[in-house]
Amino acid sequence: MSSAAPQTIETPLDARRLRGDFPILAREVRGRPLVYLDNAATTQKPARVIDALQHYYTHSNSNVHRGIHTLADEATQAYEATRDHVARFIGGVKREEVVFTRGTTEALNLVANHWMLHELGPEDKILLTEMEHHANLVPWLTVAKSTGAQLIYLPIDETYRLDMDKLTGLLDETVKIVAVSHMSNVLGTINPVSDIAQRAHEVGAQVVVDAAQSAPHLPLDVDALGADLVAFSAHKMLGPTGVGVLWGREELLGRMEPCQFGGEMIEWVTYEKATWADLPHKFEAGTPNIAGVAAFDAALDYLEEIGMEAIHEHEVEMITCALDRLRDLGGIRIFGPDTFEQRGSALSFEVEGIHPHDLSTFLDTRGVAVRAGHHCAQPLHRKMGVPASTRASFYLYNTTDDVDSLCSALQEAKEYFRI
Amino acid sequence: MNDQLDELYRDIIMDHYRTPRGKVAVEAPDVHNEGKNPSCGDEVEVNLKLSDGVVEKVGVECIGCAISTASGSILAELVEGRPIEDVKKIAEIVKALLTTDVDLPEDRDYGDLEALKGVKQFPVRIKCALLAWVTMIEGIEAYERGEKTDAVTTE
Repeated sequence: MSSAAPQTIETPLDARRLRGDFPILAREVRGRPLVYLDNAATTQKPARVIDALQHYYTHSNSNVHRGIHTLADEATQAYEATRDHVARFIGGVKREEVVFTRGTTEALNLVANHWMLHELGPEDKILLTEMEHHANLVPWLTVAKSTGAQLIYLPIDETYRLDMDKLTGLLDETVKIVAVSHMSNVLGTINPVSDIAQRAHEVGAQVVVDAAQSAPHLPLDVDALGADLVAFSAHKMLGPTGVGVLWGREELLGRMEPCQFGGEMIEWVTYEKATWADLPHKFEAGTPNIAGVAAFDAALDYLEEIGMEAIHEHEVEMITCALDRLRDLGGIRIFGPDTFEQRGSALSFEVEGIHPHDLSTFLDTRGVAVRAGHHCAQPLHRKMGVPASTRASFYLYNTTDDVDSLCSALQEAKEYFRI
Repeated sequence: MNDQLDELYRDIIMDHYRTPRGKVAVEAPDVHNEGKNPSCGDEVEVNLKLSDGVVEKVGVECIGCAISTASGSILAELVEGRPIEDVKKIAEIVKALLTTDVDLPEDRDYGDLEALKGVKQFPVRIKCALLAWVTMIEGIEAYERGEKTDAVTTE
């Protein structure tokens, strides 16, 4: 693989200047400037990503891998260039190991489908954690149901981190898969994946990592992480919707069966049988989201120019400020680690006496966009003892002004609802 | 901006939210149904005891936001003592009030229903206001068919 992309790390990151790159941040919501704090759901797009989408459709639109003409070649080049870029971005892996999907969910389903068809039986176990997003939980429920394999869960402790002492008791040779999120979309907890992976490998288990929340916010080196399969989504890291990545070790991807069949993914087809294309194309049946993949390249450029370390440092600053300010407000219960160590910037909380939906509606009238609900983690919310929570999540374009706006709106909400 | 909010969270709504009516157990209900809006976690259980085609007793148990809770409370207040046919008409009127430009008819007093109108300024919250009503009406329809219902949703 080619060497890592040059990175010009600016520390500290100048979020106020970066905001100008995101056209949507200039808009108003209900007469107030938009304060966008729903980044764990999806991030906004810089002008260059929006331009890249338009450029593709304006100049190079064609289908990939199946035309001789100039446009087809340009489309293919753009699509495949992003694959190379992703391979560099996640630590310099082989390009054959990078599969484009519609998103993290599709990538994890593809992985689960393989184990549904093969390799698992009633005597086997799948180890998950209690903080998984439905995307890394429901596919495994389905696998367990169809194979008879047993699902077991690594619990979280009272500090909202994984109870690593319990791992030893859960891991043995019957565990075939360990599927874990790198960073919780609810709690913000960053999990010790490399430690878990090392211990999982000692008992011969494969390690599947849901990196949907970490790839946008942390330097990601899949090999150093010790993972066997990693999934993430472009739209949570400045890229377009409808594009995701599954990275897997070549040997493992090689023996995985495709779960979609048709054009693009074949090598040779007769009326009687078909053989599959080589990696990664055997997993990319049909016409992919070419424009989205091409524009994802621009998002990766943008992230690399800022530097993932700088982004993480900026978010540490944001979360530290937000934790302090929320504590000062009083009457707020935070679901997640109360320090910035090994913590991302998803911050879920409850304002005592105000239902998250009422709170979210109130904040919306102040221009503040947060998420209210269970954030696709119902079992975790049951564990937390609430049906729903409110989540503010930060990214590289958020400033302490946004934290101020959130906190003053929360204070107003408490007064409005007379809490 | 507080105008729209004040329309949504009128004092009447907040009063119903803080002290919901109909939060009682109904023994051996004729109509029983549960509703859930999974994305927000709102849950409601509606129980009706009927006597000669009249709603004799109403039980509404809500776990949810101010809007869904208040709407369930208004329901409890409004349907108790009414003939089931009338209750069905009122439920249709509520649906129309929340999802179309139709206002409340002026044929009679609809209690605190008027206060739910503010929800229309916040389209994503209409499902909250509808939950108890849709749950009740599907429960009634199942009762009339002699069937049991699956949990309903307004999402």
